[in-house]
Parts: sequence; structure tokens; C-alpha cells
Amino acid sequence: MLSNPPILLLKNIHKSYGTEEVLKGVSFELNKGETKVLIGPSGTGKSTLLRCINQLTPPDQGEVWLNGTELTDSKVDINKARQQMGMVFQHFNLFAHLDALNNVKLGLTKVKGMNEEEAKSKAIEELERVGLSTQASSYPAQLSGGQQQRVGIARALAMDPKLMLFDEPTSALDPELIGEVLEVMIDLAEAGMTMLVVTHEMGFARSVCDEIIFLENGKIVEQGSPRQFFESPEHKRTQGFLDKISELYGGAER
Amino acid sequence: MSLLELAWDILPSLLKATTVTLELTGISIAIGLILGILLALGRLYGNKPIYALATAYVEFIRGTPLLVQLFIFYFGLPSIGINISPFFSALAAFSLNSGAYQAEYFRGAIQSIKGGQMLAARSIGMSRFKGIVFIVIPQALRLVIPSWSNELIYLVKYSSLAYMVQVPELMARGKIIASRNFRTFEVFLVVAFIYLIVVLILSKILDLVEEKVKIPGLGT
Repeated sequence: MLSNPPILLLKNIHKSYGTEEVLKGVSFELNKGETKVLIGPSGTGKSTLLRCINQLTPPDQGEVWLNGTELTDSKVDINKARQQMGMVFQHFNLFAHLDALNNVKLGLTKVKGMNEEEAKSKAIEELERVGLSTQASSYPAQLSGGQQQRVGIARALAMDPKLMLFDEPTSALDPELIGEVLEVMIDLAEAGMTMLVVTHEMGFARSVCDEIIFLENGKIVEQGSPRQFFESPEHKRTQGFLDKISELYGGAER
Repeated sequence: MSLLELAWDILPSLLKATTVTLELTGISIAIGLILGILLALGRLYGNKPIYALATAYVEFIRGTPLLVQLFIFYFGLPSIGINISPFFSALAAFSLNSGAYQAEYFRGAIQSIKGGQMLAARSIGMSRFKGIVFIVIPQALRLVIPSWSNELIYLVKYSSLAYMVQVPELMARGKIIASRNFRTFEVFLVVAFIYLIVVLILSKILDLVEEKVKIPGLGT
């Protein structure tokens, strides 16, 4: 009997910018309800990998499968497929001319074709989910970084994605604002969302995720459960990286 | 006759001509606005041929004098069998000219939109076209206002060049009056004053618009 296909399947992803090969054959999969954390030194291709997944940066080689559909197939309607993958950006990328409610609502009316009323109540629901229903009429420039990022998460969630991609969602935040964003992400993971998270927040990785993937120089060096990762990493480089990270970000105790 | 009496005397005639000036400016700036947005989008998002075409157009218009462009329409078109009235030849020249300048203002405005928003729009499944319509243009229209008001003011004043091709606008009317009463200095003082008032009113209106559509929390 065939089991359900994984939500996300990456096969041998390659990507070069000019002569520099950023991704050198990355493969892994993500099953329904799993949260995986992608770590690695900066410039190592983590963000590029996320963008290869939703085809904002199409890979040069390899396949991306979402829930049994190949996205790297040129015949696929990528705008439709992207609705099923929410993306959260390091710098939030909120629509500056729209208040929080309309940031969340825009995709519902203009992409999903929902009517105003339905879209509005759905948008309010999503803002409630990230704890921002009282800020619905605030504009991005009137919100703190943490609030902006939560609106960003609500905007992505509103499309009812099967998969959420997080691209360093807390790296641009002041330390005291990181917690509120992580809290939303933890709730989401616990509610069964399938998530792929690029982050340096080892506390989040340790407490929430099912697997950590360590990427370096465009290749997966090591992958495994958080426990295995933090207690007995197989590779020296992994250990070295974890030491550096815990020095900078306060380790996994959080 | 004192200056004030003279002004009072010639004002009705000048104001009538001012409506022609306003018509000429208003229609030209509107056509130029649409043209400018399209050209700016062409230069920023177009493929190679569209980019090249839009760029060549902007460079050609900005690299040649407005008066020369006006004469090309006024004298050139009839010589190839297209007869249009002086008003329409001026309208065509001003619209096409303004379009090129507005394209540059819009290009600047679009480039100053805070980055990553298009990426975010694409990531929720929005097409590039919808992203331009719902994300880029609404913000560009706001950001462009300060530089765009310059263009409007220039166009009000440059529309006086239309007197060279017999359009009965404010400058032309002033010239006719002056040639009759020989009080050239006073007549053009009044003409200048009317242009000034028009420009002041327009810039005040644009200030109010800018204030009205300002995005809360942005800027001062």
C-alpha cells in the first residue's frame, strides 16, 4: 500500500549564480505535520533553498514536489501552487500602503477571489490567531518589528497553505521582540502545521522541531533529531557551528 | 490709466484665455500621466525590446527642446498630410513631452518603494501584473507627488510656448492685447501674475492631496 506522499520533497536541487554554485544537490523531504529547521553559516544557500522551493528562484536542476505535484514542471500553474506555500520573510515585506487587516485580506480577495465580507472575517480570524486583532487598522510603519512579522505570518496563513516556509523570521528583530514571534510559530507547529524554518534560534529548534538539517557550502552536512544534533553531532563542523551559534544567540536553553 | 485700472480692463479677456491654458495643461498632464506610468513600467519590468523602446523614447524627448517638438507637430504633420488644429498639435507635443518626464519621476518613485513587497505578493500566489496593479502603482502614485507637482508647474508655464503656434492661450492673448494698447510691460505683469496665481493654487491643492493620501506612520 502506498502511503501519502510527503508534503514537500526535494530531489537533488542545484542552483548557481553566475559561476558560483550556491546549492550543490540538496535532497530531503517533509511529511505532514513535521517541522524541520534549516541551519548553517550565512551565505550557505539556506534562503536560496527556500526560494527554490516556491520557485521565486527556480532551481537550475533537480525537482521540487509539493504534495505529489512537481513544481519544477514548466506546465504547473505556479501562482496556484504558491498559494499552498506560505512564506515569511526576514524583513517582513508587508505591503506598506495597507493596514494590517488589508495586508492579510489582499491575497484573499485578489488571489483567491473571495468576496469582501468573507475575506474580512477570515483576515480578522488570522489576525486573532497571531494575537493582533486589536491592531487591525494599524499600518506597517506604526507596528513594531515583532507585530509586523506576526502580520506577515497571518498574511501567509490566510491562504490556508499546506506548508509554511520561514526565512530567518526573527533575525531582524530586537531581542525583546523575538519571543512573541517564536510563540506564534510554536503554536503553529503544535497545531500540526508543516513547517520549514531557517533560523539561528536553537531554543526553537530544540523544543519544537522534528529534525535539524545542517547546510554548509550548498550541501547537507548532517541531519537528525535535535537530541542527536545537540548531544552527539556526527560531524566536527556541526559541533563547531553549534558552539559558535550558542555563543552568539545564547544556546539552546531558551 | 493706472496699472490697476488697466488690469481690471484686460482681466476678463485674459481669464478667458487662461481657460485655454488650463485645458491644454490639464489634458496634457493627464495623457502624460498614463504614458509616464506605462513608460516607467516598461523600463523597469519590460523585456529587452520594450525596455529599449521606452528608454529610447524618454531619451529622445528629454534630449530635444520642447519648442522643436512643438514645431515638428505643428509644421511637420501637415506636410505629411495630417491636418490638426493648433490646439491639438500643442496638446500632442505637450502630452508626449510630459509623458517622458513623468516616466522618470515614476521610475524613481517605483524604485524607492520599500523592497521585497513584490516578492511577498508573488509568494502568496499573486501574478506579477496584479502585484504591479495592487502593490506597486498605489505606492508609486503617493511617492511621486512631490516630484510630479514640479512637472505640473513646469507644464503650466511651458504651455505658454503654444502661443508660437497660434493657440489662443494666456500668453498669446497677452501679446495681442499688448500689441494693441502698447503697454507691453503692464500687460505682461498681469499675465505673469495670473500664471503665478494658477501655480500657487495648484501646488496648494497637491500639498493637500499629498497630506490626504499619506500612509500613516511613514515620513514626517
